[in-house]
Amino acid sequence: MPEQTQIPAPGRAVSAGPPVRPDSAVIRDALGVGIAVGLSGFAFGVTSAGAGLTVLQTCALSLLVFTGASQFALVGALAAGGSPLTAAAGAFFLGVRNAFYGLRLSALLDLRAGVRPLAAHWVIDETTAVTLAQSDRRSARLGFTVTGLSLYALWNLTTLGGALGAEALGDTAAWGLDAAGPAVFLALLAPMLTTAVERAAAGLAVLLLLVTLPVLPAGVPVLVSALAAPAVLLVQGRRARATGTAARTTDDREERR
Amino acid sequence: MNPLNVWIAIGVTAVGCYLVKYLGLAAPAGVLERPLVKRLAALLPVALLAALTAQETFGDGGHLVLDARAAGVAAAAVALVLRAPFLLVVGVAVVVAAGVRALGG
Repeated sequence: MPEQTQIPAPGRAVSAGPPVRPDSAVIRDALGVGIAVGLSGFAFGVTSAGAGLTVLQTCALSLLVFTGASQFALVGALAAGGSPLTAAAGAFFLGVRNAFYGLRLSALLDLRAGVRPLAAHWVIDETTAVTLAQSDRRSARLGFTVTGLSLYALWNLTTLGGALGAEALGDTAAWGLDAAGPAVFLALLAPMLTTAVERAAAGLAVLLLLVTLPVLPAGVPVLVSALAAPAVLLVQGRRARATGTAARTTDDREERR
Repeated sequence: MNPLNVWIAIGVTAVGCYLVKYLGLAAPAGVLERPLVKRLAALLPVALLAALTAQETFGDGGHLVLDARAAGVAAAAVALVLRAPFLLVVGVAVVVAAGVRALGG
């Protein structure tokens, strides 16, 4: 291949500026995240089996979907009686954020076209967080690989363990395990509520959900509630423009309404 | 739960979630870089997770109910305020919900 001579040794290209971290430090950070989050597969396995999915279906989700919030959302929507497509739509919308992670990672990792389809499966919150924390390409690739590998292996093993455990327990609700799903969502949500915009979107989404749940078919209320995000951005944009027009007067159309 | 429906849901979710991951890695830089698109992508999970929390706490089929799950989630919220780690937050919710249910809640 002619391009082979063009490809620099890993790390050389961008390591000129900041000091390169030792591999052991990168691996330690990556394993810490991979193991801590990988253990949460237990919660997913238990929730999924408790919702009525078989062990095989539960494991297929962790193997093939491998993005936690979407997996929990799908299982919850199916348990609530949603149709397969409305359930999948909610899970899909939650997974859209991974596309934006991929955009940031692709510049940092600079993967060859042949490696991208494999690496894509590991583009999730945790691998992105570890990778973006690295200062050079070699560390970024190492961090991504070690986090992805440890998290993928452990998440799938603990999913199996959780699903088998829940089957052995029988009635998971009696053990309070039906509270695990919403607690997971709340734990994922809490760190995102950083400004008034996020809190407004979350509050409006809860309100929309509570109002529409009794009247719309299962699965649809969650999708309707997602409209809280564009709604809040629209209001915020209007407000920003309203304060902006006081100074500029370029936006006459807004004034006339 | 109809097994075929579950498998359809799993298949559609797996393909959809994989494609958006791949799209991000493979797309030329700048394609999704519009500020509004980025902000919407960041805010969409907030709205969805909030709605899912409410649905799984209060939803029972097509009805709203107040049961042991709400107590468990409230306990989880307290654990989050106290900065407890992820698995402990979930564990607290499970234990409190089980306790309330055992007491007849």
